[in-house]
Amino acid sequence: MVDVRNNPPKKSNDSNQSNYSSRNLLSGFLFGLGIAAFIDETVFHQLLRWHHFYDKSTTDIGLISDGLFHAFSWFATIGGLFMFADLRRRNALWLARWWGSVLVGAGTFQLYDGTIQHKLMRIHQIRYVKNVLIYDMVWNTLAVLLIIIGILLIVRTRRELKQVKRDNPNEQ
Amino acid sequence: MNNNHDYHSNGLLFDLIIAILFIVMLVIYIGTAIASSNRNRLRKWPLHRYVFWVIGLLCAAVSVVGPLANHAHVDFKAHMIGHLLLGMLAPLLLALAAPMTLLLRTLKVPAARRLSRLLKSYPVRILNHPIIASILNIGGLWILYTTDLYILMQQNIFLHLVVHLHVFLAGYLFTVSMIYIDPIPHRFSFIYRSVVLVIALAGHSILSKHIYAEPPNGVSTAQAESGGMLMYYGGDAIDIILITILCLQWFRATRPRPPLAMSTRV
Repeated sequence: MVDVRNNPPKKSNDSNQSNYSSRNLLSGFLFGLGIAAFIDETVFHQLLRWHHFYDKSTTDIGLISDGLFHAFSWFATIGGLFMFADLRRRNALWLARWWGSVLVGAGTFQLYDGTIQHKLMRIHQIRYVKNVLIYDMVWNTLAVLLIIIGILLIVRTRRELKQVKRDNPNEQ
Repeated sequence: MNNNHDYHSNGLLFDLIIAILFIVMLVIYIGTAIASSNRNRLRKWPLHRYVFWVIGLLCAAVSVVGPLANHAHVDFKAHMIGHLLLGMLAPLLLALAAPMTLLLRTLKVPAARRLSRLLKSYPVRILNHPIIASILNIGGLWILYTTDLYILMQQNIFLHLVVHLHVFLAGYLFTVSMIYIDPIPHRFSFIYRSVVLVIALAGHSILSKHIYAEPPNGVSTAQAESGGMLMYYGGDAIDIILITILCLQWFRATRPRPPLAMSTRV
């Protein structure tokens, strides 16, 4: 017996995925952004102790930006995971698309952190050494790479999504 | 100096009154819960709610009476532990104990009606508004740590009492305006509460770093630095619980089922 409530009838395996394609993106993006902030906090603040808790040259807007991102990243990590669970119970999880979005989210945080927060608002530097420029370049290049790989993954799933919609024009 | 002297001579009496108050609250809750559980038409009051209430009261009590509270007068770090317990953890635990639900199911119908009318009244609705509750909670902390209030509070027992009462009550209001455990007449959407919650938590984080950078009057740099970090990371730990409960409530509310019955758990 098929439980109709939990597994609504569908024509192809992908039908519920395509109904919730944007929720897959949102869940992944939030989780990616949050987990990048979490790794930043545990690895660079706590374990390596490269980042400082507070840097005297921090601008006021930097303090606000840091606080907002800090609070939002906790919310994003937890909220993104609950949305992941929601997608699973709806049989709508689209892992390739979700991962693509995770990479975009993580890269976005890293790029924002590495350019605006570190350099413009001077919250803190990656490491307090002479040749910090090299660190900055590695940091931001990695961020851009994450975003590019993520976008490629998402674009690939979007083609599948269009295919599904063409095959089943009656579904949303 | 004179005020300081007053504080110490009044200290014991103050501690005693507070301790009695906590014991009374403990006895009333447990007594009411057991008595109402024995009524036929009502479900047994769940054990975990008793546990939340007891630990919640303990957290609040140790932050205002006893060694930690005494130490808090000279040590900012101890003060900050007390603040986290009194303003964040105790309110969360007490809210999870659902005291209003217990009261409503225990009262006779006319009295319960009057109470629920009071809960629906305009002033209570305003206080329960997520934004107002956040301003009372986080705004109050900003005033405490960025003005001379902090040092004045250490010298005046009345001010000390008012500030601690505010920290606790505002913390409780904030918690119940974000996560709905007890019945609440005017509800806000998950997304609305999420946005306000994130901004409020940001206000807490920003204040922590502000304390680190610019110590409040009467606090040494070293103490402000460790106190600020404690506030930042300690706040995180409790925020995670709050966020998880809010998300869990969303997860339950949006479960994919035909909307037959709203589950009201009493």
